[in-house]
Amino acid sequence: MAEHKHVATDKATGTATTGHDWDGIQELNTPLPRWWLYTFYACIVWAIGYWILYPAWPWFGGATPGILHWSSRGTVATEMAALREARSGMNDKLAAASLQEIEKTPELLSFARAEGGAAFAQNCSPCHGAGGQGSRGYPNLNADRWIWGGTLEQIQTTITHGARWAGDPDTHATMMPSFGRDGLLNKAEMADVAGYVRTLSGNAPDPAADLAKGKQLFADNCSPCHGENGKGNIDVGAPNLTTQVWLYGPTTADILNRIQNGGGGIMPAWQGRLDPTTIKALAVYVHTLGGGQ
Amino acid sequence: MNAPFRTHRPDEMTQNNAAQDLSHDLPLYAAAPKVYPQSVHGTYRRIKWIILCVTLGIYYFLPFVRWNRGPDAPSQAVLVDFAHRKFYFFFIEIWPQEVYYLTGLLILAAMILFLMNALAGRVWCGYLCPQTVWTDLFFWTERLFEGDRRERMLKDAGPWTVQRVREKFLKHATWLLIAWWTGGAWVLYFSDAPTTVRQLATFQGAPAALIWIAILTTTTYILAGFMREQVCVYMCPWPRIQAALTDENALNVTYRYDRGEPRTSYKKSAVLRAHGERAGDCIDCGQCVAVCPTGVDIREGPSLGCIQCGLCIDACDAVMKKIERPARLIAYDTDVNVGRRLAGEANQFKPIRSRTILYAAVIAIVGGVMLAALIGRHDMTVSVMHDRNPMFVKTADGSIRNALTVHIVNRQSATRRFAIRLDQPQDGRLAVVGDQQTLDGSPSVEVGPDQVLELRMLVTIPPGASPPPSQQLVFKVTDLSTGGTATAVDNFFAP
Repeated sequence: MAEHKHVATDKATGTATTGHDWDGIQELNTPLPRWWLYTFYACIVWAIGYWILYPAWPWFGGATPGILHWSSRGTVATEMAALREARSGMNDKLAAASLQEIEKTPELLSFARAEGGAAFAQNCSPCHGAGGQGSRGYPNLNADRWIWGGTLEQIQTTITHGARWAGDPDTHATMMPSFGRDGLLNKAEMADVAGYVRTLSGNAPDPAADLAKGKQLFADNCSPCHGENGKGNIDVGAPNLTTQVWLYGPTTADILNRIQNGGGGIMPAWQGRLDPTTIKALAVYVHTLGGGQ
Repeated sequence: MNAPFRTHRPDEMTQNNAAQDLSHDLPLYAAAPKVYPQSVHGTYRRIKWIILCVTLGIYYFLPFVRWNRGPDAPSQAVLVDFAHRKFYFFFIEIWPQEVYYLTGLLILAAMILFLMNALAGRVWCGYLCPQTVWTDLFFWTERLFEGDRRERMLKDAGPWTVQRVREKFLKHATWLLIAWWTGGAWVLYFSDAPTTVRQLATFQGAPAALIWIAILTTTTYILAGFMREQVCVYMCPWPRIQAALTDENALNVTYRYDRGEPRTSYKKSAVLRAHGERAGDCIDCGQCVAVCPTGVDIREGPSLGCIQCGLCIDACDAVMKKIERPARLIAYDTDVNVGRRLAGEANQFKPIRSRTILYAAVIAIVGGVMLAALIGRHDMTVSVMHDRNPMFVKTADGSIRNALTVHIVNRQSATRRFAIRLDQPQDGRLAVVGDQQTLDGSPSVEVGPDQVLELRMLVTIPPGASPPPSQQLVFKVTDLSTGGTATAVDNFFAP
């Protein structure tokens, strides 16, 4: 940097220079408008006001609350309350209407589908999938074969009490015996039954299976729950075996696995976690996915 | 071509230059030199008054213009209806999904701005910009209470008196009143104007309206009353862009230095001319600077601060008339012409250049596309969204089913009934969830005025048809009263 000099004016622009000189190159001193400075001061004043009004300074046990006592958590609570308030009119209608009435009234149906869809995404989608498409062991709710029944009331009951949910005395409690593991059927018998079960839905059985034997074994062991012709029984959650919908897969190996191990999926009871109106909306939503009866 | 905008006169700076110590005497922040524009009369001033009255008249009164749209739609001609997500402009009604009209308008606005600039410089800045229009109105108010340039300068330099306090009070009160009215008019564009006025008058205004009125009152008061030319020079991006876009053939407010220089006093120039010697027409009276609302000297050439309002043309013309010299020493002219005249050549105006043709072409194309879109705008549309998950469902009997969400838009202000038909796939069966009414076997639905109806539709292909993994799916929606149709296309998926 050059030595300190008398301030000079740049000839070309008429503007003063700072007096700094780098190998003959000089720096113009063009002052900023003063109101820019004032804007800066105004920001400082604003910041002080902010400290006083809003949470600002870290302190023991949390930041200073500010005299407005604002918090983002409090804002959420207020917004949620406002939302409940805004929805209360429609929610009351939903609570008062029967499930059938809800489906017949376009206004209620679209509200129930919206609310049910939101509740489904939060509570049901982890097992049943985002669109209710299900996966192995988790029923596809778009299909029209129902384990515990596909009418509006049956769906509502299943959501309310769950399946094999220990905490709810009204839950769907029955499950399939472990025919193989408990020694009720031997391997050959199981293969024959599996072959026969394949034929119920029009699928080709394993050629080695003795279908006549299988039919007899089915009548003796399976028909109490699954019915004489394999149409199932929703009262005990025994699936209809004559359809193209398979919860655990349609192959011989899949069916053998079920006969060997038995059991069944577990679904929580949503009573107590979701309010009855939300469960109603959920029932309508699931029913209108496409498979409702 | 553009000289830097100067905030200091050289003689001001020389006083500072005498100082030894930089840090004490050269400020880092300079107070904005106050501009005291003098009143002026003439052609451009008249044009500016007319534009001011027309633009402000439109702004303040347009919300009160009514437009009949039937019983279910608002009757305000221009309305931004946030609650119902509609924008009304006389016979045009824009829905949120038609925001491309806004895009088109913005492109048009930019191109018109560029075209104006290519033809006649900063027409926007000088005549149409809200900052210019409101500042002009505020200058007028200031003159009304505090007098013209000379009086204001003397008063500002003089002591405070009762008279002075009264003048200042009246001026600021009027400014605030105008600013408040400006903010008030703004909110009228967002809800029914007469209702809002009644609410405000009875102290029942909505908080949002009051907040916006407060914000716009403050900004109008500060920007037009105090910031003024500082907005143009420091805050606005357009002067920078304009300087990059202009060319030597664009008409700009120009000091014709070929005629004006050398500057000579009136008496001296008469003597010079009597001896057959050359004397410039500029008598250095400073009127052009005195009337300038941004405080620039047009004789230094085009600058960032010059908004090209043409007031210096009026001021100079008045002086030229007095000294009996031809008018338009300052005029809309081009740098090219000044050079040509200096070289003894004739004036040359080229309004039709590649860039003006290009801008006009873009305006015509965008405007044409928008017009075509507006004319071809349907009052019913149908859109379809396929379920993402699952793409298809195999039902108990082995049928393949796809679920789709369909939106039927009714843009008429009356309830209409639509029949929904599945055109493709031909072996597909259509069912509408929750639908109760059918007509000739196809489902029909009712859509309320200006409403969108969301429907869940199930399309099923019976077992044994073995549909391909993907095939086209076509919905046809028919208005049962008019027979008008709309179609939506998606895909039917299968394993």
